[in-house]
Amino acid sequence: MPERESMDFDVVIVGGGPSGLATAIRLRQIAIDRDVELTVCVLEKGSEVGAHILSGAVVETRALDELLPNWEGLGAPLNTPVRKDRFVFLTERRAIPFITPPQMHNQGNYIVSLGNLCRWLCEQAEALGVEVYAGFAASEVLYDDMGAVRGVATGDMGRKKDGSKGPNFEFGMELHATQTVFAEGCRGSLTKQLFERYDLRSGVDPQVYGIGIKELWEVDPAKHHPGLVTHTVGWPMDLKTYGGSFQYHFDENLVSIGFVVGLDYSNPYLSPFEELQRFKTHPAIRDTFVGGTRISYGARAISAGGFQSIPKLTFPGGLIVGDAAGFLNVPKIKGTHTGMKSGITAAEAIFGVLQGEISNPVEANEYPERLKQSWVWEELYRERNIKPSFHWGLIPAMIYSGIDKILLRGKAPWTLHHRPDHLCVRPAANCKPIEYPKPDGLVTFDKLSSVFLSNTNHEEDQPCHLTLKDEALPVALNFKKYAGLEQQYCPAGVYEYVEAEGKMGLQINAQNCVHCKTCDIKDPSQNITWVTPEGSGGPNYPNM
Amino acid sequence: MKILVAVKRAIDYNVKARPKSDGSGVELANVKMSMNPFDEIAVEEAIRIQEAGIAAEIVAVSVGPKQCQETLRTAMAMGADRGILVETDEEVQPLAVAKILKALVEKEAPGIILLGKQAIDDDSNQTGQMLAALLKWGQATFACGVEFAGEELKVNREVDGGTQSISVKLPAIITVDLRLNEPRYVKLPNIMKAKKKQLDIFSPAELEVDITPRLKLIKAEEPPVRVGGVTVADVDELVDKLRNEAKVI
Ligand SMILES: Cc1cc2nc3c(=O)[nH]c(=O)nc-3n(C[C@H](O)[C@H](O)[C@H](O)COP(=O)(O)OP(=O)(O)OC[C@H]3O[C@@H](n4cnc5c(N)ncnc54)[C@H](O)[C@@H]3O)c2cc1C
Ligand code: SF4
Repeated sequence: MPERESMDFDVVIVGGGPSGLATAIRLRQIAIDRDVELTVCVLEKGSEVGAHILSGAVVETRALDELLPNWEGLGAPLNTPVRKDRFVFLTERRAIPFITPPQMHNQGNYIVSLGNLCRWLCEQAEALGVEVYAGFAASEVLYDDMGAVRGVATGDMGRKKDGSKGPNFEFGMELHATQTVFAEGCRGSLTKQLFERYDLRSGVDPQVYGIGIKELWEVDPAKHHPGLVTHTVGWPMDLKTYGGSFQYHFDENLVSIGFVVGLDYSNPYLSPFEELQRFKTHPAIRDTFVGGTRISYGARAISAGGFQSIPKLTFPGGLIVGDAAGFLNVPKIKGTHTGMKSGITAAEAIFGVLQGEISNPVEANEYPERLKQSWVWEELYRERNIKPSFHWGLIPAMIYSGIDKILLRGKAPWTLHHRPDHLCVRPAANCKPIEYPKPDGLVTFDKLSSVFLSNTNHEEDQPCHLTLKDEALPVALNFKKYAGLEQQYCPAGVYEYVEAEGKMGLQINAQNCVHCKTCDIKDPSQNITWVTPEGSGGPNYPNM
Repeated sequence: MKILVAVKRAIDYNVKARPKSDGSGVELANVKMSMNPFDEIAVEEAIRIQEAGIAAEIVAVSVGPKQCQETLRTAMAMGADRGILVETDEEVQPLAVAKILKALVEKEAPGIILLGKQAIDDDSNQTGQMLAALLKWGQATFACGVEFAGEELKVNREVDGGTQSISVKLPAIITVDLRLNEPRYVKLPNIMKAKKKQLDIFSPAELEVDITPRLKLIKAEEPPVRVGGVTVADVDELVDKLRNEAKVI
């Protein structure tokens, strides 16, 4: 395409989350150390770095300590050390305290807003000479004649809904690089294409996922206990569905509350959004939020496959870091430290590659090798059997996890396997509809007023970024057989079945999308493909 | 001719503004900020005037904290030639901004000053008018169309129920309305180039402007939540409710 301009960099990084920014920082640190020129560029689809980041988050500082040992002096926004860990089993009326499982101990960790941590990492990166471009989505992978990745292109701006050029139309840019790093986080849209193109997932388990719905509250100061971490399992999930909550008290009267549901759930009537709302009505939970204000709302998928789902990490011209590759420690629900460490490791390997005499883009084979020697591998290997054991239901899984963890110390001579999430849905006819309580407007809310708080927005007149391979399938299959499950799982009310002139059709309110990627994962026939909308569209999370 | 265009760093239009819990103002911590959308339209108009060969240079000006440099970089990435930041962490009200702009006009001698008609944070809609009074220049507010006719500007203005056409002599002040134009997308290479453009920083004191606020904010609060209507059975109940619940009769 001759109309597109291009720019050249040594390394282009797709995604300004903790993993991408750690990669960028480490690359520039080494370059400055060795006094060599190295141009590094980060592309972020959010309107600013942090705008699309949604996490818990209790963060282990292990990777940050390695990357920026002086983080405290540099003013990193880690203000609330964890003071108390609670692990609770809920029944409908009661809360039964459990011993906190060993992997859930949080001594020495901090409760943060990951979005704010990323904003700070971005400042550090820019100070080291990284070019960060927010508001630009990488929409296309570029390949050279040899079939190697030679960069990415940003999306066109100003295209109209029907695909034609609007009055302010601008072509996207090509960003060429010797190495391209994909740090798109869970279910990256370009990463997904790379999996196929280079067959990176052959011989590994399918990736499995969870969806995390989160709200940020400012609570009554009398009910705020800075440093308090609470996790629950049990109600409102039935014993067969993987799910649990987190509640973190931090900074000034802020509480993060969230609910994670495994996307291997089987009942198409299940609504992760409503589960969080219902969860908040529990007698042991509700009181914290009475009299408080909900500040923000959002959702994001997480990778839950762990060790056995890690794909091949490199290909000619590039590599994958962070949650895009699935480095999340599932029982801990922590992926920031492992993601950052993968970025640091990748940077060191890339530097080695770039220093050699190269004409063609090569593969940074050293990256997976180094990673296998690092604590990331060890940590993920140890936890590999916990999540899959939940296929047996909560109680057997907890017993199994206890045995695996304490008796076998993660060294069990077997590995349990995963089934892809979209194959786990059962026909609606075999399932019971779920009746969720009505919102009270004080502690629980409806979906639309919630989405409003994500500050999400997309230019309306643009091609729909939720693409269907087969336009007829939603009604023919999802509506008829699965009770229109996308209306339930989408946390932003994007999908709506509406009847017009006696005909049922799927209406896609794409402007509401919060980029959680759940539809791309859970659609039973994998008919929905999430592609990047125009840059800077999507949520504007303040400090999620 | 030179164009001076004023740009304010304001809370982003996608963000739902929220008062601080103590009511002392609007919560700005960790909130996304960007260029006031009306100012973006002003910058776009300046660029179009320059592209038409009428203006030689565009200078973008912002008043406020250090982070306003980002707003100026955005203006320069769109096409402004250089930027001036009058840096202060104090609150600056419209009169203070107008005085600062006046001081800069004396330095820069522009032929046109473009501003947004108002900023979406405080909706004051005063700066342009005050500046016109201080400079004793002609002003065309709420512009939705600008055309050059020799030494004069023909401006269409948005007024209640239609548009009004006026002409003003140069030098003049134009405050722009929503429908004037649609600002262009910023291109990646231009962001890079903007980082290298000249950006001068002054303090209000260097410009000998007193920015002491004249207005005092008493309280910021959420608008009252609208409660749903109720159906009354008869007139007696209506009167009773008006008297005892609404306390209006
Ligand atoms: C509800 C929830 C709770 C969690 N709790 C914790 C916790 O307590 N502790 C913990 O350590 N971890 C937690 N995690 C996990 C943690 O958030 C992730 O592991 C971490 O964010 C992964 O970082 P990343 O940089 O790989 O990806 P992300 O953080 O997802 O960042 C990816 C970035 O890339 C951008 N991007 C994606 N595609 C493109 C594209 N094509 N073009 C341009 N930009 C793109 C995205 O906008 C985003 O900014 C939680 C996650 C969730 C969802
Ligand atoms: S449309 Fe898909 S990606 Fe967007 S919010 Fe809904 S489920 Fe998530």
